[in-house]
Amino acid sequence: MGNAAAVSPEGGEQARNTAGLVARRSYGKLIAFLAARTRDVSAAEDALSEAFALALKDWPANGCPTNPEAWLLAVARRRAIDAFRGRRRGEAAGEQLRIMSEGLAHAEAAPEIPDQRLALMFACAHPAIDAGIRAPLVLQTVLGLDAKTIASAFLTSPAAMSKRLVRAKEKIREAGIPFRIPARDELPERLGAVLDAIYAAFTEGWTDPAGADVVRRDLTEEALFLARLAADLLPGEPEALGLLALMLYAHARRRARRQAEGEYVPLAEQDPSQWDSPMMLEAEGLLRRAAAMESIGRYQIEAALQSAHVFRCRTGEANWRDVAALYDALYALVASPVVALNRALAIAEVDGPQAGLQAMPDAAADPRLAQYQPYWAARAELLSRAGAAQEARRAYDLAIGLERDPAVRRFLERRRAALEP
Amino acid sequence: MQYLIMAYTDEKLWPGLSAAAKEQRFFAAYSVYVEALNQSGVLKGMNRLRPVAEGVTVRVSEGKAQVLDGPYAETKEQLGGYFLIDVPDSEAALSWAARCPAAEHGVVEVRPIWEMRQP
Amino acid sequence: MQYILMAYLDENVWPTMSKEQQEQGMAAYMAYGQALQTAGVIKGSNRLRPTSDATTVRTTGGKSQVLDGPYAETREQLAGYFLIDVPDLDAAISWASRCPAASHGSVEVRPIWSIQP
Repeated sequence: MGNAAAVSPEGGEQARNTAGLVARRSYGKLIAFLAARTRDVSAAEDALSEAFALALKDWPANGCPTNPEAWLLAVARRRAIDAFRGRRRGEAAGEQLRIMSEGLAHAEAAPEIPDQRLALMFACAHPAIDAGIRAPLVLQTVLGLDAKTIASAFLTSPAAMSKRLVRAKEKIREAGIPFRIPARDELPERLGAVLDAIYAAFTEGWTDPAGADVVRRDLTEEALFLARLAADLLPGEPEALGLLALMLYAHARRRARRQAEGEYVPLAEQDPSQWDSPMMLEAEGLLRRAAAMESIGRYQIEAALQSAHVFRCRTGEANWRDVAALYDALYALVASPVVALNRALAIAEVDGPQAGLQAMPDAAADPRLAQYQPYWAARAELLSRAGAAQEARRAYDLAIGLERDPAVRRFLERRRAALEP
Repeated sequence: MQYLIMAYTDEKLWPGLSAAAKEQRFFAAYSVYVEALNQSGVLKGMNRLRPVAEGVTVRVSEGKAQVLDGPYAETKEQLGGYFLIDVPDSEAALSWAARCPAAEHGVVEVRPIWEMRQP
Repeated sequence: MQYILMAYLDENVWPTMSKEQQEQGMAAYMAYGQALQTAGVIKGSNRLRPTSDATTVRTTGGKSQVLDGPYAETREQLAGYFLIDVPDLDAAISWASRCPAASHGSVEVRPIWSIQP
């Protein structure tokens, strides 16, 4: 092999494309495999990033290896060992070449790299890890998203997010959090934490459904990828299927959620022809498969609620009793004020607005509710239906004051304007 | 008699210290302290603990284990390490406690070991 | 990996227990200690005398200030510890959950600072 040869534009382009593809497809797999034994995720990230940098030098000159994953793994391992020994290898060409040719030799001999991404996700969502950092940690380690991207999606400063991620990875290493799929008896609860983290990434992506904010990155695609991964790796776990179904139902409606001019459209007013039908069919199928396993859980119920809403919008048949019953079941599992709120709305559809208002959670008892826009919007809606226009107007004012999204604010303003004077 | 000397320090102060301060306040100071303990023959055991953020707290209710990340209590100072010593009386124990570097920038608590009667 | 399991208990509870209950409590701790021994994971353990026997020391500018009582006035106090050597945090948590203190109080689990080679 020669020295650092001049790179042809096409060769360089192809190498970058291959490296890019491998990165997207295999990053998480490589990180999980590299970090599993040492529990040192940061070291794995550093080593892999150096391996990718070397690939971008070597592949344009010498062609892409037949097994790029194995090549990267061999090089990353070598880097990790050197870093551990504290001997930072310099840029000496000879050393570079040796590492790369080692990589090639390994790549030719190597079998498929085992997929330990699930174990990695369980480590990220371990009870010892602060709940608020689990979703960012999964996004960074399994998908390779950088702290800046993640921070902007979760509305925190990149510096703060970076620091918290570093600490979380330190904890995995220093506290000895294992890379392991939990035993049968612990699995449902531990899996719940993993699914919650994936769902958190999905709902963060949601608060900018128009994708209008160019600085904030839409995480819905990434979160969907993770949900699919979890469902693929745990096909016998109904909650994993339930989460994917839930996310697919929601994602299938993304085009109907905004009008051409960017105006927000609530579910009841959406045009079903704009929904992604194949995606909804897929969701339906997943939900059926999950139900057959007869082990109900939070995400299956939420998916079933989505399914019920879709049914009602498509057929025009009112099924609010079923919806209220589903919310009863969900509330028994997840006694959150948000669930109580939606349950109250369903009850209002069955028994009238007064019954709905009575079923509403009490904002005085839960201060977080008082800061929650949908709570006031829901109160406003029911008060309006009950004929209390004055109170409804006040509730709309509160809701509007709490809403970040200008399109949603305009929607609420229109509703307020439509109240009787 | 055995006593446990517990060193409590404010973990939040550590990152703000200069390298020189860390060296002097911690490494050098504890080196000297441990050396003295060893020389005197009273040291029976000691350990430094990782920061509270790297721990968990476990509670069991109705047979189910609940794991929360973080320490039992969020106090201003946290237990950073301990020294197990064997000395004739509490005065001797207090004398050693006062010499522990943590007494200067934190707090040191001393407690007698509750000797369990052998059956 | 070495971990310390710190048992926190409400000191006001023990004196209110009947002699029989206290004996049962002691037996539970003995059984736990035995289990740790049998599993070969125990590196050390101690029970501490109550906080009424505690003393707190602070020094400023060479002068020591000595106070009666524990460092923190928390509802539960450190009653004892177990030093164990196990492969990972899950194993440590498993042992912590079996400690009788976990059912009546809390057990804090912290890794021991290992010396880097």
